[in-house]
Amino acid sequence: MAVQLEFLKSILYFSDLGLAELESIRKLVFEKTADRAEMVLLEGESAANLYFVASGVVKVFRTSAEGKEQILSIVRPGESFNDVPIFDGGPNPASARTMGPILLYGIKKNDMEAILRDYPQIALNVIKVLARRVRHLVSLVEDLSFKHVISRVAKILFEHIGGEMGRGPRLTQQEMAAMAGTAREVVGRSLKALEEEGAIKLDRHRIIITDKEALQKIMEVPS
Amino acid sequence: MAEMPVIDPQRCDGCGLCVGVCHCNALALVNDIITIIETVECDWCTDCEAVCLTGAISCPFEIILQEP
Ligand code: SF4
Ligand code: SF4
Repeated sequence: MAVQLEFLKSILYFSDLGLAELESIRKLVFEKTADRAEMVLLEGESAANLYFVASGVVKVFRTSAEGKEQILSIVRPGESFNDVPIFDGGPNPASARTMGPILLYGIKKNDMEAILRDYPQIALNVIKVLARRVRHLVSLVEDLSFKHVISRVAKILFEHIGGEMGRGPRLTQQEMAAMAGTAREVVGRSLKALEEEGAIKLDRHRIIITDKEALQKIMEVPS
Repeated sequence: MAEMPVIDPQRCDGCGLCVGVCHCNALALVNDIITIIETVECDWCTDCEAVCLTGAISCPFEIILQEP
């Protein structure tokens, strides 16, 4: 399948370029397909390519020393990943795994540098992409480095306990994130942390509070 | 009957992202609108909710207290 010009045009990086310029960039783009749950990048490895998602979804995450995953972002069609090491020359700061079958468009690091030299007008858009990335990460860092979000999530759970057979209010992770004033990625990690503390158990669509006292104790951490 | 994620077809823009990420084929597009197929294989991974940009899918949790 040939790389689509319209698709390249829809990528923020290249949105200000004309057809002739896109045509010459297209020659540098290669396709890569992967199935569900395949690693496409490994944290710490040297970065070779910049990727754009053409179809499917990729999860970008870091793994802690204890082997726990923290999702940093979900990359959807038209969006890029691995931009940072391509431009600063360092290793991949995070890993990336496909969430389903995927088609990626890749550009080699050297080719991307040539594109920037030949079409310096794309620099402003590249900066926009990187600035958005920084803004997103800064907000995640704050919520991940302090205990207060876990304590807020604990409080939300406590305040929404339903009847014995459920049927009380039901909450999505998205709703918990809005209530706690954080991102959905942080709620996922908070629930896992509460489960590890033995305060709750995730049982498919149920969150079972297994230790009410432990949950209350976590709630008391000042926010 | 297996509890399944809740869909709001009116919000669905037919992008198909959720269909691609669901590991048990519980989701499908019919005439470009999301439909859900009941299956016990859905483990409430919530990936479908995570990728949907329009809020057309939600995976709500019941919060219950374990009897001592
Ligand atoms: S991800 Fe959301 S908008 Fe896209 S097909 Fe699924 S339900 Fe519809
Ligand atoms: S929660 Fe997971 S398994 Fe269930 S329908 Fe959504 S993506 Fe599929």
